[in-house]
Amino acid sequence: MNELRELYQEVILDHGRSPRNFRRIENADGEAKGDNPLCGDRVHVYVKLDGTGGLDDVAFQGRGCAITTASASMMTELLKGRSEAEARRLFDVFHAVCTDEAFDPLDVPEEFEDEADRLQVMAGVRQFPMRVKCATLPWHTFAAALDGKQTATTE
Amino acid sequence: MSPDSTATVRPNYDVMAIREDFPILAREVFGKPLVYLDTGASAQKPRQVIRAMTEVMEETYSNVHRGVHFLSQACTDRFEAARETVARFINAREADEIVWTRGATEALNLVAATWGRTNVGPGDRIVISTLEHHSNIVPWQLLRDETGAELAVIPVDDAGEVDLDAYAGLLDGRTKLVSVTHVSNSIGTVLPIRQMARMAHDKGALFMVDGCQAAPHMAVDVQELDVDFYCFSGHKTYGPTGIGALWGRKALLDAMPPYQGGGEMIAHVTFEKSTFKDAPHKFEAGTPAIVEAVGLGAALDYIEAVGRDAILAHETDVAEYARERLAAVPGVRIVGHARERGAIVSFTMAQAHPHDIGTIIDRAGVAVRAGHHCAFPVMERFDVGATARASFGLYNMKSEVDRLVEALDEVAEIFGR
Repeated sequence: MNELRELYQEVILDHGRSPRNFRRIENADGEAKGDNPLCGDRVHVYVKLDGTGGLDDVAFQGRGCAITTASASMMTELLKGRSEAEARRLFDVFHAVCTDEAFDPLDVPEEFEDEADRLQVMAGVRQFPMRVKCATLPWHTFAAALDGKQTATTE
Repeated sequence: MSPDSTATVRPNYDVMAIREDFPILAREVFGKPLVYLDTGASAQKPRQVIRAMTEVMEETYSNVHRGVHFLSQACTDRFEAARETVARFINAREADEIVWTRGATEALNLVAATWGRTNVGPGDRIVISTLEHHSNIVPWQLLRDETGAELAVIPVDDAGEVDLDAYAGLLDGRTKLVSVTHVSNSIGTVLPIRQMARMAHDKGALFMVDGCQAAPHMAVDVQELDVDFYCFSGHKTYGPTGIGALWGRKALLDAMPPYQGGGEMIAHVTFEKSTFKDAPHKFEAGTPAIVEAVGLGAALDYIEAVGRDAILAHETDVAEYARERLAAVPGVRIVGHARERGAIVSFTMAQAHPHDIGTIIDRAGVAVRAGHHCAFPVMERFDVGATARASFGLYNMKSEVDRLVEALDEVAEIFGR
């Protein structure tokens, strides 16, 4: 049961129950729909840029499991106010946290040191390979929105 | 298969002896005895099937319908005997009405591609129901897009039963085919096939049935149902993957063009022109799934040996017990309350998403399906993104339902009550 407790930490349950930035952004500069065809989870991510290469606002809507919802919610908090380049690097770190057994989630690159705690929360999915896609779907969708693609999929 | 069904559990239904036939049921998952409640997705395999497949490979294997040598004849005999077993299993008039396919999906695609392209044109109508698996939706959409036909959908009510008045309204001179599931894979509704087929025939339409969730669980008699095509898959019927069967009335099969071209299905080939064998062989291009066909034959023999009425009574007993116990769990909503229902219980929990339920109870050794069950329209109809689904087979027990309910307590422990 320990692995379950590690996956379903209080902070994930909290974000899953009361997702932050769960709304639509009118006149978004980028938006994309992501879906996980395996299970039918769907997220819609909206991005508003600040005109100087930064992310003014990131929000999402959709329906999914606690892991998808919490990951999307925490992602919006982690991304707001960052530059696009930083956001992409953060995605790489997040991906490693979720998938790379050799990666110590507390040993994140210096520029994201302050986020280490929030990033490592998702490390629990490593023990649940079927659920990794739930955690990464919102981030793939965010990347698609930045790249001007309309859809993202975990397949 | 309603709760007040006249079928009763035979006192001599020895579920423990049946479980002995399924080696995988002895294993543990995460240190707990496996509770396999995902037979609707794929059934486990009894020794009798495994042995038959091994035996044919060790003792009788060769290509079929080819050589003059001893093994070719011996293997062809076993292969064709399996076809006869399928014919008996669904009470077809003759074995030549049975076409081997890779599964029910291929059977549906075969009918759409051959009968459909020959008989369906612009303005014609194909009717399916809201309860269909994607495999009984997409082939008809492809046919619709190719031919300019219309695809109409029979609605279902809040209990998950098809609306027969609305269905009657979709039947007229333009309706060429009705293709529906016998038992809903997502919520367990048993459709009134005989009545629906009669209604279709009255308007001159043919009737096809996806029998994947019926064939393993109840007696199926295609003549009594009076339908035109019926199909089911091997792996959901305690047989191997990669094999399934399509039954069609002989006159229909004879009139249909071939499906794929190749060896096995031809009578004669020149570069100018080829002629084809008669049904069913003209639909079976290439070397068939020989070992799998033998395995499916063994699986159907196994089901018959246990007894189909006995299986139905036992599974109904277990599934109704599951409905009762699940309904009493705080936060649980059961999706689908048809009066006639199969051994499938679909549910949601207010506190937790089906995937989270599936992950948590998996650690307790309980395997259920969590998701959309390849039936997006059903999920939309009942306004759920996904459900958790417990589906039962001839080897399940009430004590396994208890294990499921106990495991749900862990979900409540994590997500709140």
